[in-house]
Amino acid sequence: MSQLAMLAAETQEIATNFFFYTIAIVSVLSALKMVTTDNVVHSALWLLIVLASVAAVYVFLGAEFAAATQILVYIGAILVLLLFGVMLTRAQIGHEDDLNHPQPMQGLMVAVILFATMVYALADAFGTTRLDALSEQRVERTDAVADAIFSTYIVPFEAISVLLLAALIGAIVVARRD
Amino acid sequence: MMSMLAEIPYWGSSIIRAVVITLVVLAPAGTTVYLYLFKMVSFMQSRLGPMEAGPFGSMQLFAELGKNVQKEDTVPGNADKLIFAMAPYVVLLSTFLLAAIIPFGPDATLVTFDSNPAMDGTGVFDGAGVFYALAVTSVSVVGVLMAGWASASKYSLLGGLRAAGQLIAYELPLVLAVVGVVIQAGTLSLQGIIFAQYEGEIFGMGAIGNPYILTQFVGFFIFMVAVQAELAQTPFDMPVAESELVAGYMTEYSGFRFLMFFIGEFASANIFAFLASVLFLGGWAVPPFVLEALDIGLDSNLMNFLGPLVMLTKMLLLTFVIYFVRFTYPRFREDQLQRFAWKFLIPLSLVNIAITAVLKVVF
Repeated sequence: MSQLAMLAAETQEIATNFFFYTIAIVSVLSALKMVTTDNVVHSALWLLIVLASVAAVYVFLGAEFAAATQILVYIGAILVLLLFGVMLTRAQIGHEDDLNHPQPMQGLMVAVILFATMVYALADAFGTTRLDALSEQRVERTDAVADAIFSTYIVPFEAISVLLLAALIGAIVVARRD
Repeated sequence: MMSMLAEIPYWGSSIIRAVVITLVVLAPAGTTVYLYLFKMVSFMQSRLGPMEAGPFGSMQLFAELGKNVQKEDTVPGNADKLIFAMAPYVVLLSTFLLAAIIPFGPDATLVTFDSNPAMDGTGVFDGAGVFYALAVTSVSVVGVLMAGWASASKYSLLGGLRAAGQLIAYELPLVLAVVGVVIQAGTLSLQGIIFAQYEGEIFGMGAIGNPYILTQFVGFFIFMVAVQAELAQTPFDMPVAESELVAGYMTEYSGFRFLMFFIGEFASANIFAFLASVLFLGGWAVPPFVLEALDIGLDSNLMNFLGPLVMLTKMLLLTFVIYFVRFTYPRFREDQLQRFAWKFLIPLSLVNIAITAVLKVVF
């Protein structure tokens, strides 16, 4: 074990750290490719890698239920719907001219401000919190998730359900012709 | 579950896992393709099927393998070459991810998302096993869409879109059918569901346990229909309807990449049959009266060796049904296919969930 690897691994969990940083780098690079690529289907497929690596990070946090939800909802439903819609309408192979926004600097500025705000808020709230090393006990119990949703967070949960229903009805109203 | 691999170093157990999962995917696929796709259908059509390669043509698969591997791997000129090349891998990835979760015995598991009932002191199985299985099945749609789009062919694109529309429509009843089982077992863990079926009783009689095919027969029916559609097997093979679409999203593929789609399709049939036997037929467990006669418990070490054989038997039974239906029924029309999913299967599965939930509270 090299000295460098020891330094990189704060808790000496080399494998966990190695895979976490690999996945993190892949995720960030894919996100950059997603916004800069000049083909809309490629963009969707880079998004797939971003979403999948977020699911992998959830597994590292011991939140397997959240990871499976991420795959089922974001990859299995939303991304497939996105690809489906794109392929039904406009999906040429190769370079597309008008895909990227003509004013990237404004977008970059907004992204940087948003990133800084989120980093500040997260560091302020959880900056000193340390999770225990991943062990058998720390894995989030599924019934604990269910209990939290259906007791502590029942009001936000129901509010979001109604919001989604409203969005669904709105989409149908917008889409119907008569 | 205490893993048998606990004493082996991590890299060693990883290699064992990789080898075993390749076996779990390929060996049953070869078996069912030979038994059902080559032989059973031949007898159903009053012919002999392959007879030359090996005794009764049993080596035919290796001949097919050799043929496909030495074929030229053609790529259409206008295709998006990278996506075209990656699509079969994505489809196969979904199969492998699903195969990883299937338990073959009390300790004979590759990956479980279960908490350890002995270690956390609660004594019940907990985890997201079934949920994970249902989540990774949806990944194959992405591969199908990639193949359909990147081929730069009208047949492929239409086939890919049809396949995606069908997979989206039948993913929902597949998930909802499993919800009934999860409610009845009270756990999302695959091992927990097997133990719940083994320990279950029907009206106080526990000699055969409570395989959920008896109490969740509606769920079993919906699950098997949805599996047939997910696999794009006849009568749900509109995406690869050869009279209109040549071979759908696989039209432009040949050689090794076509072989990968082929393996993905038939290996998925087995893995789904494995999953169905875990959810509805009691998995690797045998009925309690057999184990009582042998005077061993369900978590005895013997089950680690008996379990895979039990699973294989149940899988062969279920794949027999899948292939029998495939070669018996004519193809659905596209609108019939969608209507069947949205207007019949999904309402039926919702009713099934409601009734199961009520009965769970009452009994």
